[in-house]
Amino acid sequence: MLSVRRDICAYCGCCVSVCPQGALELIDAYLDVGSSCTSCGICAKACPLGALEVKDEGPL
Amino acid sequence: MKDHYDILVIGGGPGGAIAARTAAELGLSVCLAEKRAAIGTPVRCAEGIGTEAIAEFVVPDPRWISAELHGAKIVAPDGSSLTLSSEQSGNKVGYVLDRKVFDRELVWQAAAAGSDVVVKTRATAPILDEGRVRGAVLDFCGTTKRVSADVVIAADGVESKFARWCGIDTTVPLREIMSSAQYLLTDLPLDPHVTTFYVGTSIAPEGYLWVFPKGERSANVGIGISGRKSGTGHRAKDYLDSFIASRFPKAKQIEFIAGGVSVCRPLPCTVADGLMIVGDAARVVDPITGGGIFNAMFTGRMAVQVAAQAIASGTPSREALMPYDLTWRDSPMGKSIERNYRIKEVFITLSDEKLNAIIQTVGKLDLKEFSTFNLVKELIFRNPRLLLDLAPLRDIFK
Repeated sequence: MLSVRRDICAYCGCCVSVCPQGALELIDAYLDVGSSCTSCGICAKACPLGALEVKDEGPL
Repeated sequence: MKDHYDILVIGGGPGGAIAARTAAELGLSVCLAEKRAAIGTPVRCAEGIGTEAIAEFVVPDPRWISAELHGAKIVAPDGSSLTLSSEQSGNKVGYVLDRKVFDRELVWQAAAAGSDVVVKTRATAPILDEGRVRGAVLDFCGTTKRVSADVVIAADGVESKFARWCGIDTTVPLREIMSSAQYLLTDLPLDPHVTTFYVGTSIAPEGYLWVFPKGERSANVGIGISGRKSGTGHRAKDYLDSFIASRFPKAKQIEFIAGGVSVCRPLPCTVADGLMIVGDAARVVDPITGGGIFNAMFTGRMAVQVAAQAIASGTPSREALMPYDLTWRDSPMGKSIERNYRIKEVFITLSDEKLNAIIQTVGKLDLKEFSTFNLVKELIFRNPRLLLDLAPLRDIFK
């Protein structure tokens, strides 16, 4: 799943524009990850600061 | 805030502000809703704009001009440079703005003209009626209000959501987002009237790094790199930090911002029933420079001019709003986006050696008109072999 490093995120919205699912939304100083996120990792690559990370959910 | 407006503008940047001001001036009822708690902050912009471009919308005022530009310099990967000037324009080619003050001024003007303005008010959904946009649900600190409007103008910037909620795909391809970061630095040596652009794969892959002066000893020092070149250990901030450490080791930091700039083609269609999309939300950014202030103001004004006619004639349907889409595409701005998009697509393929060679053979240029198109035309004129590399653009530069 996608995890947001809130200590790194600068709330710039770069990730929002590249999300093919429209799952991200910038709400003032808060990045919201919606349920349509597929953990594709495109946003994590585009982030200028490295604030986004797709984490392995591990064994169920 | 009323329950109904002729026009509801989502977003209080330059595109939204000019849209609201224009609507009020035309006698329409209009409300501008900004999701942030303050107009103009945080700025996500290098703040450069041409002198003529800005004068078309607002009388230049020293209160929001940080620097007057007399020329530009492009630095090749090997350090050789090309100096650009324009005697014809009196060597006054552009400004570096203070967007915090500038954006507020535009919204003040919209308010003074009669527009309602609300901040910390976020559109959370469109009001849809059989596929037609009829307004928006606005959220203010937990209070929800449905505001209906004949036309909604989506001016919600690079991170736009409104058009997408209305069913329009606004996704920017990863390779066409400029992943960006910028410091406002002080105590660095610079020419206060010259912008400098650094190019090269090791400096800013598929993008550029900029130094835009903001006074005698301060500058916006920033970078944009292609999203596909970005990743762990080699992100925009990594490239920028290493450049600053080597060039301006003694500079002090006043501000740091990040951002995304789209350099894709504009949205295939910027209207729908009851909806118009302007500025960065419409992806009308210059694909070479990344500049978007003028384009946002230009589309913001034009959208409202068309909306006013559509509202007067009855139904602001997609057809009735379509002249906006057709007119901006056919304008010098629309044509220059298309031309610069094609030029950009070729220039990002040029190797560092090629860039070195081009810049070395020229050194100095006086441009009649200070534009990317004229620059490339001059480069070809002085370096005819360049046409081989630019073969796909032959029809443009014939």
